[in-house]
Parts: sequence; C-alpha cells; structure tokens
Amino acid sequence: MNKESLYDYILTIADNCLILGQRLGELCGHGPSLETDIAGTNISLDLIGQTRSFYQYAADIEGKGKTEDDIAFLRLEKDYKNCLLVEQPNDHFGYVIGRQYLWDTFYLLFLNELQNSSDETLSAIAKKGIKEVSYHRRFSGDWVKRLGDGSEESHLKMQEVVNGLWPYVDELFDMTGVSKELIKQGIAVDLSKLRETYFKQVSALLEEATLEVPERKYFVYGGKKGVHSEYFGYLLSDLQYMQRTYPNMTW
Amino acid sequence: MKKNWPLWEVFVRSKNGLEHRHFGSLRAADAEMALENARDVYTRRMEGISIWVVESKDITASNPENNGELFEPAQDKVYRHPTFYELPDELKHM
Repeated sequence: MNKESLYDYILTIADNCLILGQRLGELCGHGPSLETDIAGTNISLDLIGQTRSFYQYAADIEGKGKTEDDIAFLRLEKDYKNCLLVEQPNDHFGYVIGRQYLWDTFYLLFLNELQNSSDETLSAIAKKGIKEVSYHRRFSGDWVKRLGDGSEESHLKMQEVVNGLWPYVDELFDMTGVSKELIKQGIAVDLSKLRETYFKQVSALLEEATLEVPERKYFVYGGKKGVHSEYFGYLLSDLQYMQRTYPNMTW
Repeated sequence: MKKNWPLWEVFVRSKNGLEHRHFGSLRAADAEMALENARDVYTRRMEGISIWVVESKDITASNPENNGELFEPAQDKVYRHPTFYELPDELKHM
C-alpha cells in the first residue's frame, strides 16, 4: 500500500468535515433561534470529531510525528482538499440548510460505502459516523422541506439557495485525490457509483419541498485540487489565527 | 403575525425502566420539529433514550391561587405515609 496516496485520500474526506464544521461553528451564538443554534453547533461538533479521527489516522500513516492539530491548522490554502460546496458562506439560514442537505446526502452515501473499506480504521470511523450523519441529513432535509414548502418568501429564498449551490454538487463525485490503486484494493470508495443515487435522492426531496431541480448541466470544480473560492482565505484565517499568532499554544 | 413558534414541554426518559420526566421547554413550529429540537437541546449529553413533547397549551395546570385548598390539607396527615411500621433488621432496602 502506498502511504502517500492513503494520506492524501484521508485528507480528501476529512478536510470537508473540518471546513464545514468551521462554517457551522461560525453560527454558534448567532443561529436564528436557540434551538437551531444548538442543532447547528451539534452538527459542527460531530463533524469536528470525525475530522479528528481522520487526521489522527492520517498523522499515523505519515509517520513524521505530526498531530491532528498540525494537519488542521498549519497547512496553506492550496493544501486543503475540501470540495467547494462546504466552504460556501452562511449568507442566510437557507444557505446553511441547503449546503448541509446537499452535503449530508452525499456524505451518508459515502460513509455507507466506506464502512466496507478493507482499511479497518477507515471502516471503523465510517461506522461511527453513519449514525451521526443520518441525523444530520434528517435535520437538514426536514428544514429544506419546511422552507421550500413554507411561505412564499421562504420558498423563493430556498429555490435561490438550491440554484446557487447547484453548480458545486458535481464536484462531490470528482475523483481528484483518489488513486485507482486504492479503489482496486478496496480501501477507497468509487465516487462515480454514488452519483446516480445521489441525484435521485436529492431530486425526490426537492420535489417534496415543492422546489425545482435545476437543469443546469455545467458544474464548478477546483476545491479538491486545492483551488478554492474567494471565501476560503477568510475562513482559513479565522481557523488558523490562534496557531499562527501563538505557535504551539495549548489550552 | 405571531413572532414566536408555539411553546412545547419536553419529557425525557433517561433510561429503561424509569419514567419520562419534565426536562424543560422549547419553541418549535410543530411536533416533529419539537422532537428534533428537544433531541438537540436536551439529550446531547446522553441524558435520554426517549423523548415526549407536548404543546404547552395542551397542559391543564392547577392554579397557584388554589394551593391552599388543594395542598395544605395534606400537611398534617403524616399517617398517609407508611412510616409507622416496624421493620425487621433483615430488611435493608425499604
């Protein structure tokens, strides 16, 4: 097994969890209601917890004595391999919910496959994550329905969210960073196999929410190659501020 | 337009064999949302294995003004507690 490709592969999964966790964390204390505030923060903490498991494993694999914190806080922008979807900003609650649902649906399908990985650690992390993410998807899906099939205004806003985030969904299935060798060995998940189910599930829920499924056929890619949107630098400077300003600080 | 969602009362069973106990209240648009909110607000530290929610307006409560007639008459009726039996020493957990 090629250590380097496994290390890269773990980051293509975990960076999504870290960055989405950070995005949701921005809402802590700023949610639209006490209840949704706590719900968002809970999801954030679940994701950060999963990130830790993945990064701890990645640090082990790399074998250079780094910690999960080094991986989380001390990389440059282009070294983060998360997809563009999860770094999109919290413009309003509809975006938070839409982004979450589009991610959760993918991530749950993904973890369901990853639990069968021939790599025992990845399989174990996936199994633990499935329960958490099942709830995330239930929560975000319910909210998409509420807002889509809610008032006239919430319907319009939710449709705008779906249209706005749609260009980013196909990158979820982009195989950048996933070596063929890892798939052949049964370690990595073949993402192309998830695409059809994903669009079927998402379309069904959008219809239930009385929202239109965008017909757009061209998509934006880049995050998985380390080419991020203009929002990413700001997110990263928030995320890394303490470690960059006070190196090696702990509390 | 009403500004707030309706208020719900949350009851949580902390483990099998115990009863649901009142944990607090929260706001939610309907029962389904109330359950999800209750899960997030009240059970994120492993407090429960089952949740009931009921809209606060559906609860009929006694009026504190009537506390005198409702509850004070019981105060001098200690004999209603089974505390006057003499128990044998072998009984440890009564």
